[in-house]
Amino acid sequence: MSDIITTPKISLLAPVPPPATVAAAAAAAPTEKPLIETEKLSLYYGQAKALKEISIKIQEKLVTAFIGPSGCGKSTLLRCFNRMNDLIDGVRIEGAIRIAGHDINSREVDVIELRKRVGMVFQRSNPFPKSIFENIAYALRLQGIKSRSEMEGTVESSLRGAALWDEVKDRLHASALGLSGGQQQRLCIARAIAIRPEIILMDEPASALDPIATAKVEELILDLKKDFSIVIVTHNMQQAARISDYTAFFYIGELIEYDRTARIFTNPAQKQTEDYVTGRFG
Amino acid sequence: MKADSQRSFQTGRFDYGSFFFTGVTGLATYLILATLAVILINVLVNGWSGLSLHFITAGTENGMFNVDKAGVLPMIIGTSARVLLMTIFVIPVGVTTAIYLTEYAHSSSIFTRIIRGAVNNLAGVPSIVFGLFGVGFFINFIGHRVMDPMLHPNNPELIVWGKPAIIWASLTLAVMTLPVVIVATEESLKAIPQGLREASLALGATKLQTIIKIVLPQALPGIMTGGILAVSRAAGEVAPILFTGAAYYMASLPHSLTDQFMDLGYHIYVLSTQSSNVDKTAPILYATVVVLLLLTFTLNLVAIFVRAQMRKKLRALN
Repeated sequence: MSDIITTPKISLLAPVPPPATVAAAAAAAPTEKPLIETEKLSLYYGQAKALKEISIKIQEKLVTAFIGPSGCGKSTLLRCFNRMNDLIDGVRIEGAIRIAGHDINSREVDVIELRKRVGMVFQRSNPFPKSIFENIAYALRLQGIKSRSEMEGTVESSLRGAALWDEVKDRLHASALGLSGGQQQRLCIARAIAIRPEIILMDEPASALDPIATAKVEELILDLKKDFSIVIVTHNMQQAARISDYTAFFYIGELIEYDRTARIFTNPAQKQTEDYVTGRFG
Repeated sequence: MKADSQRSFQTGRFDYGSFFFTGVTGLATYLILATLAVILINVLVNGWSGLSLHFITAGTENGMFNVDKAGVLPMIIGTSARVLLMTIFVIPVGVTTAIYLTEYAHSSSIFTRIIRGAVNNLAGVPSIVFGLFGVGFFINFIGHRVMDPMLHPNNPELIVWGKPAIIWASLTLAVMTLPVVIVATEESLKAIPQGLREASLALGATKLQTIIKIVLPQALPGIMTGGILAVSRAAGEVAPILFTGAAYYMASLPHSLTDQFMDLGYHIYVLSTQSSNVDKTAPILYATVVVLLLLTFTLNLVAIFVRAQMRKKLRALN
């Protein structure tokens, strides 16, 4: 495996949380030392309230899925975690978002630093119109890495980490836009993990891919879970059931239910959740 | 009535409307082509005989109306220099304005709307007004009131900057062509997918890094288009430089920014209005027109070639 997977990762966020085994974390209730925590988070687009007092605690080194019908606010919430909503005019936030205990909307927080620690993969793969190598090298240069050998090593380990290395190792300097849709999305994942974020946000990463490419991306997500905490928005309920440890169901800006994935899909507490996961609406 | 399957497709109707409209639109198109052809043929037929190596390498030291000895080299140099200088001024200002408008300004704010309105209005101002603006603002204010007193305060009689000069003519043209560059750059910036900006920002790039490394390289061909349009518009303009820098006659070539210059467009005006024998000087008048057309053409071709090279480089990646 790549060194992304084997090298112990030093957390940039203080205080350093003690390393929890996957099993222990999975067994823990979602209330114990959350990595991401929102408290009565509301978000407005102008006058419209897109998120309604959402309080959620997301655990480290797990895959957390956000599900819900279109317009329920799941992507909006995801984009709060790396403050991508800052780019949209007229967005206003109430309540708190804490990542590893730090309020990320406080004035002292450097949003650039935040985004280096909270990576993102988008719905539509968005490789830069540069070579495969340069796509990742761009991310590394932003980290201040200049040495060519270090850069080459990290490009390789990131591509291996994204299960793309074998497919592209002979054409690293060809255009990234010549890759297939699935390969492009895995390149975007490689780019995201190259700078070793602690959290990776994924906004419907497989929704534009065919079933085979989707399966590859899902496999990859399960693999990445060892090293990264992943929050994924998905429309595909089977996907949420397959890859996530926890699932949150949203409906028109509200968090309806949040629990272990197995429970959400087999024995949800809320009628609305049951109706949605069984396909009765949405 | 016959069953549908037995009905013939032959109705015997003729679509007079389409026939007529095709004719009218076609006629309009050919009329424009014909006009252009008449102009070009007229100019070439009358001007070709006057063209010679001597004509484009000689100056006017033997008299500018001397059909056998006059040349237009000083005008070729003057026009090229003012267009080049204008490009140097207009591209940075136009591009940074467009970057501000598309990447930084809130698109709905009143301030942005005022700037956009101003840009659009600037495009509709007659060029002679720019010429007068150039005299009032650049020569009288910047040159005469600001630079001359600042640069040689002990010699109030000396006028270096406060008079028509190639720099003021170029700046006036730059102001005139600003809207072209701004609009072309804005269009090319808007065409870049938002996803690319987001990808860069999500990796922890600053807005400035994103613009310089991701956005601008993609926008370069569009910026070039703005430059080409600006050059095309400016090369043949006479009104803005009439009071700001073009000279009727100069014994030597301009060798500093504060010198005046001879210009092809203005020279055509001079030849056609100031000659004592218009019929006799007609050959050099037409030849000058041909030279101006060729120069504009060449400037455009060079720019289009450079842009094609850029596109090729980008397409290799796209």
